[in-house]
Amino acid sequence: MAHVEHAASAPAILQEVKPAVLPRAVLVGHGRSFSWITDKICGIIEGKTPAWWWWCFIVACFVASFTVAGLVYLVATGVGVWGHANPVNWAWDIVNFVFWIGIGHAGTLISAILCLLRQKWRTSINRAAEAMTIFAVVCAAIFPVFHVGRIWYAWYLFPIPNSNIIWQNFRSPLEWDVFAVSTYGTVSVLFWYVGLLPDLAVLRDRFYAAGNKFRSFLYGLFALGWRGSNRHWSNYEMAYIILAGISTPLVLSVHTIVSFDFAVSLLPGWHTTIFPPYFVAGAIFSGFGMVLTLMLPLRAVYGLEDLITQYHIDCMCKITLATGTIVGYAYSMEFFIAWYGANPYEGFAFINRAFGHYAWAYWIMITCNVITPQFFWFKSVRNNTALVWVLSIFVNVGMWFERFVIIVTSLARDFLPSSWGYYSPSIVEIFTFFGTFGVFSVLFLLFIRFLPVMPMAELKAVTPQADVHGGHDHH
Amino acid sequence: MSTAATTTTNLATMAAQTHGLIATFETPRDLYHAAEQVRDAGYRNWDCITPFPVHGLDKAMGLRRSIVPRISLAGGITGFITGMTMIWWTGQVDYPLTVGGKPLFSPMFAFPVSYELTILFTAFATIGGMLIVNGLPKHYDPVLKYEHIRRGMDDTFFIVIEARDPRFHAANTKALLEKAGGKAITELEA
Repeated sequence: MAHVEHAASAPAILQEVKPAVLPRAVLVGHGRSFSWITDKICGIIEGKTPAWWWWCFIVACFVASFTVAGLVYLVATGVGVWGHANPVNWAWDIVNFVFWIGIGHAGTLISAILCLLRQKWRTSINRAAEAMTIFAVVCAAIFPVFHVGRIWYAWYLFPIPNSNIIWQNFRSPLEWDVFAVSTYGTVSVLFWYVGLLPDLAVLRDRFYAAGNKFRSFLYGLFALGWRGSNRHWSNYEMAYIILAGISTPLVLSVHTIVSFDFAVSLLPGWHTTIFPPYFVAGAIFSGFGMVLTLMLPLRAVYGLEDLITQYHIDCMCKITLATGTIVGYAYSMEFFIAWYGANPYEGFAFINRAFGHYAWAYWIMITCNVITPQFFWFKSVRNNTALVWVLSIFVNVGMWFERFVIIVTSLARDFLPSSWGYYSPSIVEIFTFFGTFGVFSVLFLLFIRFLPVMPMAELKAVTPQADVHGGHDHH
Repeated sequence: MSTAATTTTNLATMAAQTHGLIATFETPRDLYHAAEQVRDAGYRNWDCITPFPVHGLDKAMGLRRSIVPRISLAGGITGFITGMTMIWWTGQVDYPLTVGGKPLFSPMFAFPVSYELTILFTAFATIGGMLIVNGLPKHYDPVLKYEHIRRGMDDTFFIVIEARDPRFHAANTKALLEKAGGKAITELEA
């Protein structure tokens, strides 16, 4: 009705010059039905555990044991087992922390920002991307918690009354970071869980019908009695959009505050105002790199080509290209400001970055972060899944090196030449970091085995047959 | 003897008690138009069961805007005030300690933490509010006992009209659902 009235009141010219009908990308391939989606996604959980899953799981556990061993050794011996020494007192621990937190940001971007922008293609990848966020935050949290040395005092980070009576220093960006990261972790888990709620109900009912009472009970426990009531959906959708709305400023604030850890200091190379936007863009860039690294193999092994279509890969490659270019712009702008600001210390810090002792790290960073994404301009590259996967690995490597370059080069050459040094990681640090990939993989493998990897309800809602108005756009 | 008789009568009434009627619809569009008819017939205690949020169904059901945003707002305001108050009280009142020559309290440096707490409290209020408004977690609902409910989580759509609705009348309500295109209209046990 509304359309008819609108057409009647519109100027007559609109009747003649009709806007072209834009072809809409197909989000679910081959016109799959609702029950096909349910069967496909639940089938992954209900089916027998594939052999490759066990092999991956065993390898991942083995790799994760490096982190466990590294941390046990650290706690038993002292934080000196890491390679930190004056003047480089922040090194791999903070590099790894910022790296993992950044990885997580793409998950929130996909689930929150793309939800607000009504980018419907996000639906098939958002669940796995959110899971990636949570597991990345877990890996990230290991480093700042353990770098305090005496881990049993880590609770001093929070304003809990203690026997020393004094409180935390809220003027410090490090304290802001405690709140930013813990809020980010908590809200990510809540957002993820709310998204899972209807899908857990599906699994509850399917396992019940299949006679598996135990698993039905477990999924039912977490489904909270969800029954698909539209009165519930109405509140649910409102809650979901609000969570998306608050996660958007949250994700931007988290990496902004992480960048404050550096930007608020006075160290040349850190003390720059470009850091917040530059860190956020870098985080999204690295996060999309990781999403591609994870989703492309997942799509291949589970045959999810109808749900993660070429269009999805295209979109992700383009976002990687856009954010990678922003990062490249930030690199050049840092140099420009170092020269334009006419501060000799700042100027030296940047010349030293590109041509000093750590030049090798700098040029790895430039190659991976600035040059790699430029390949995504070409459709032939975006269509070559194997190549996209390889390039996404380069993005991950490059973004790790970015944090290394920022942190270590600035600290190793500070104001006084007498205190200059060269930092190399100890074997304990290397093992601890290497192991976090195992920790991440263990968690991710458990996720794909026991939880629906894609939001079934959301996927069904973007299929053509879900539209009650018969296909035309009514927004 | 009389006690036994009363018990029998009670059992008889209980068996006759229904939660309501449930009707099946194959497509979202059928459900949408049926929902409009049920709404226009003036029912209040009724619901649609859908595997995903059907766009526009809230309007077809005549639902009012969700009150969850108000709860979220309350949570957000609480979070912001909590942050500011905590930093002011710990830094200026309970243990004043000058660090780096900076003021004991300033809304500037208190802002990032208060901002994060605003978001944290909003998130809890939103989810808590959504669950409370929806009456979840709920251990049991008669709808979940319906033998085909599993398909309602998969690819089928239902309308449930509850017997407690003042307009509910076993025959007339059934006729309405039939007219609206509902299939397999069944009584739900309470």
